[in-house]
Amino acid sequence: MTAMVEEAVRTLSYREAINEALRLEMRRDPTVILMGEDVTGASHSEDESHLDAWGGVLGVTKGLVHEFGRQRVRDTPITESGFVGAGVGAAATGLRPVVELMFIGFMGVCLDQIVNQAAKMRYMFGGKARIPLVIRTMIGAGFRAAAQHSDSIYSTFVHFPGLKVVAPATPADAKGLLAAAIRDDDPVIFCEHKLLYDMKGPVPEGEYVIPLGQAEIKREGGDVTIVAISRMVLHALEAAERLAQQGISAEVVDLRTLSPLDETTVLESIRKTGRLVVVDEDNPRCSVATDIATLAATQALEFLNAPVKLVTPPHTPVPFSPTLEDAYIPSPERIVAAARATLG
Amino acid sequence: MEISRDKLLWAYERMRLIREFEDRLHTDFAAGKIPGFVHLYAGEEAVATGLCAHLRDDDFITSTHRGHGHCIAKGVDLREMMAEIYGKATGACKGKGGSMHIADVNKGMLGANGIVGGGPPLACGAGLTAKLKGTDQVTVCFFGDGASNQGTTFEGLNLAGIWKLPVVFVCENNGYAETTSPQYSVSGQDIAARARGFGMPSIAIDGLDFFAVYEAAGEAIARARRGEGPTFIEAQTYRYYGHFEGDSIRYRTREEEEHYRSLDCLYRFRQTAIAQGLLTEAELDEIDARARAAIDDAVRFAAESPMPDPAELLTDVYVEYPMAALWPFQEAAVPVHR
Repeated sequence: MTAMVEEAVRTLSYREAINEALRLEMRRDPTVILMGEDVTGASHSEDESHLDAWGGVLGVTKGLVHEFGRQRVRDTPITESGFVGAGVGAAATGLRPVVELMFIGFMGVCLDQIVNQAAKMRYMFGGKARIPLVIRTMIGAGFRAAAQHSDSIYSTFVHFPGLKVVAPATPADAKGLLAAAIRDDDPVIFCEHKLLYDMKGPVPEGEYVIPLGQAEIKREGGDVTIVAISRMVLHALEAAERLAQQGISAEVVDLRTLSPLDETTVLESIRKTGRLVVVDEDNPRCSVATDIATLAATQALEFLNAPVKLVTPPHTPVPFSPTLEDAYIPSPERIVAAARATLG
Repeated sequence: MEISRDKLLWAYERMRLIREFEDRLHTDFAAGKIPGFVHLYAGEEAVATGLCAHLRDDDFITSTHRGHGHCIAKGVDLREMMAEIYGKATGACKGKGGSMHIADVNKGMLGANGIVGGGPPLACGAGLTAKLKGTDQVTVCFFGDGASNQGTTFEGLNLAGIWKLPVVFVCENNGYAETTSPQYSVSGQDIAARARGFGMPSIAIDGLDFFAVYEAAGEAIARARRGEGPTFIEAQTYRYYGHFEGDSIRYRTREEEEHYRSLDCLYRFRQTAIAQGLLTEAELDEIDARARAAIDDAVRFAAESPMPDPAELLTDVYVEYPMAALWPFQEAAVPVHR
């Protein structure tokens, strides 16, 4: 059994894993289409050498147009309301669109189509509509891209009933969760961290689907629970390694799906360790991190041996200058300090 | 454009049903029988009917906050519509949408919409579905003079233009966006001219004349069905009532209202149909009586229907979601069906 698993697992980057999930789902279901700004590129041109000029701004969708053509891998004008809304309308009428919103900070130019149309349509229509739409979008600071291209504001979407929100931290999770998101009949916001695209990891071959709504314990431990999201899972794992060297056993819970939230896994870990640190790259107010703290306060207070610690960026926009941006992003050092503080 | 006797009878019946439906809501709202907000379509019947006369059940429409007429013209059930407006469990949306969100996706009615300009991107999506599936389905996108200023409308026109989508954009210019005339809000004054900038045929028509609407709509929809792309129609029309019921309408003159009432689309339809020997007065009177009876029946159905079970609060949010998570961090105040 072990040998079979090892044989089936090879290494891909997070970018390649997402590309593979898109390719497999597009092969499996002809109603799956991909659209967004320059998801292939140069759609004006008949010149073969221009085909797939970009394949997405960071190359995530590269190559798909060769297999599926420009009808299904569709460049859009830079009009997010128009094409995100078209994704909603297409989903309501029988397609399964994957729409790329280049950066999550661009939600401001299409938010109505997401929160007033896609998210509410099923409820407003008394359950008589399905909106099987995926919006892939980039999150994350650390790219020196400044305030409008570096947000991790997924909690905005968690706030809205009708939406599901996913934020994978590893290549395997990216593949499995994207496949699940595409097959899901509700609108899903799929958040890809731009600093993870080149990270490699084992990814199962062929069909691989991870159900939405399941957190994963990425490292087991008994002294303190560290709940983290997306790239912050890697920082939490690094912190856990350093804590281990100091004789502290940290458990790292990767939420993976932010809506629905896997409350059970989080609560079980808190009950085991009695201490909670939440690490989140999103803004600190009204966030998934504060949700996890609320969960602990309302349902696990009697198990907590210390106040909950949050490790998040400050309540500021993402800065440009490298020294400022590095100070902004939650660091493994701050996570170590927060975990140690819960231990008194 | 040729029009069959059956189509004429259908069109007059739809127009009369819309008028009776809206007039009845006007009365019943004033009597305090209707919760919430209603925006009435009375006066504009020729537009929805002239367009939908060319549509099949599998064609799509997107609509507006003033959507009752579009629903009736597209064939949404009158009883379910009225029950929805009353907030009843038997409503088209189980009482969860109300007047501003009546929908029936199975009839191709993709929803009334409380967001001005919400519809054009959705219509492009429905058009994209038809295009990629290789069907000849057409989508008609209704919106108002107010939405003609929205960015989403321009984005929708642009997408439909570059992708040659089978979408017909219908701007129902009824003279007022809430209280404000396009004379104030529309730069350049000419809404139809704007669409020409997106490279599509565009015309302004007398939206109070069913036959004018029917003809323009026929050409536009046939063009879309042939795969030749979108068309824009500005239908100049008039709403008899306020922006919403309860509006004191202190932004236009009674003389203006009387002028437009004298151009009433139903009255003119009757005059034309009788004068040209297409239909008889008796036939039209019979339709009037039938329509009144149908609206009486719809109101009775709505009044007698039960209110939704409070447990329905938590259903239909998602296709699949952990029910307990719909009222997080606390005890739910209604029964949770797992």
